[in-house]
Amino acid sequence: MLQKTLKMAKKVYLDHGATTPVDAEVVEAMQPYFTEKFGNASSIHCFGKVARDALEKSREIIAWKINAEKDEIIFTSGGSESNNLAIKGVLFANKEKNHIITSKIEHPAVLQTCQALENGFSVTYLDVDAGGLVDLKKLEEAITDKTALVSIMHANNEIGVIQDIRTIGEICKRHNVLFHTDAVQSFTKVPIDVKDINVDLISLSSHKMHGPKGIGALFIKKGTELQKQNQGGHQELDLRAGTENISGIVGFAKAVELASDDHVAQMQELRDKFIDKILKEISDTTLNGGREERLCNNVNITFKFIEGEGLLLHLDAHGIAVSTGSACTSQSLEPSHVLLAIGLKHEDAHGAIRFTLGKENTQEELDYTFEKLKEAVKNLRKISPLAK
Amino acid sequence: MSYVDQYSEKVKEHFMHPKNMGHIKEEDLQPGEELARGEVGNPACGDLMTIFLKIKDRKIIDAKIKTFGCAAAIACSSITTEMVVGLTIDKARKLTKNQVADELEGLPPLKLHCSNLAVDALNKALDNYEQGIGVVRK
Ligand SMILES: Cc1ncc(COP(=O)(O)O)c(C=O)c1O
Ligand code: FES
Repeated sequence: MLQKTLKMAKKVYLDHGATTPVDAEVVEAMQPYFTEKFGNASSIHCFGKVARDALEKSREIIAWKINAEKDEIIFTSGGSESNNLAIKGVLFANKEKNHIITSKIEHPAVLQTCQALENGFSVTYLDVDAGGLVDLKKLEEAITDKTALVSIMHANNEIGVIQDIRTIGEICKRHNVLFHTDAVQSFTKVPIDVKDINVDLISLSSHKMHGPKGIGALFIKKGTELQKQNQGGHQELDLRAGTENISGIVGFAKAVELASDDHVAQMQELRDKFIDKILKEISDTTLNGGREERLCNNVNITFKFIEGEGLLLHLDAHGIAVSTGSACTSQSLEPSHVLLAIGLKHEDAHGAIRFTLGKENTQEELDYTFEKLKEAVKNLRKISPLAK
Repeated sequence: MSYVDQYSEKVKEHFMHPKNMGHIKEEDLQPGEELARGEVGNPACGDLMTIFLKIKDRKIIDAKIKTFGCAAAIACSSITTEMVVGLTIDKARKLTKNQVADELEGLPPLKLHCSNLAVDALNKALDNYEQGIGVVRK
């Protein structure tokens, strides 16, 4: 926002948890599907066939990435829709059971879906520990013979904590309960093999991994009963009506093909250096979320005695894009539910800044960010009545 | 639209370069001058402001402020201190949150409460002054 006034040349994007730039190769792969290959995948003629082939080829690629079968993947409009379909789909298809278990740190697309179901279903929202992990014993204790579904996210979007979905899957299997995980943030960053771990539903989204926005997928393990939530045509295994977004789907698949473990290693190295430097060189800072089970690109730090919106805008003035868990930036003036769930005091949640790295970030960009960050923290602390 | 897009140029200017930030110490007083202080918290989002007023002959001759809060809160702090210097206590009493917001060329509706905070801190300091609470005299 303040960018204009300061005529900045440099721009550093550190908000990949919000969304990512679409790769040039992805754009290129998508292009023909707007123009010469514009067909409707449901049409019988050759235009339809071209679209249908692209659709099915893309489905294979998404399936391949998580070691699923091709007919276990359906395309949706993104992570939010996948979460809605997984949760409502399971509960409405299963009339005998009426209980869902989820956690307090889920994305709003899961939390609000569960809240909306409270009228008619009972929901358990599990606490997490200071590092952000769900207590697996508490999870097992919460399961009753009325439990239809456990929905626990793979990696958290704010603090990057990665849950032990292998063990959660085992617990669910032992009690014959379906398991859904929101893997929107972790997809292509943390490997998932659905033949190796027990999981029934997985939500995926394209725009967090350099694909286009408005496209995602839901993995549905064979045999899992789901009630269709969007009525109309018979697309996507008759589970989701609507003409398929072929260009988006092709782009999503291309982005999956391009994702590499080298990028993960590179982001992780930058992340670790950045965390160490902040904690060491800026006083009164704490890392939010555990350090071990953490997404390769997530840095979430509380800068005590200052408020996140101010810090965010100072960084923005230098062309650096981050996000914050501060109440002052939320429409409800409530601090982040995730930061409160890991036990942060309100004033510490206020000073939390999330940096989410991407594969295009460099050490030089992070050094620049650190310098500007240090300066902004110093200036804001100078005017804070809380600072010593 | 994000409320941030509704921040006026004046808000941005005062946020990026806030005036009169800091505090007034006893040593800063000359004979005949008095120091009053007011601190308020923001119930809506748990923020904090502390204002310091240097007063002589019932006139505010200097003001400083410390703020823990959003960009709007910092901008309101800055402009409020500018608006009260030179005012008599009675005139300063009449300053309203709307005047503060107007002086900043408006605030996003979500952030109007932040202007309350600065005016509340001012009034708290003036109350403390009238009641002799924590007032330092030289
Ligand atoms: C963990 C998580 N789940 C779901 C979503 C929603 O995904 P989409 O934006 O594709 O609807 C997001 C993105 O904000 C997310 O971070
Ligand atoms: S101080 Fe919290 S919104 Fe302004």
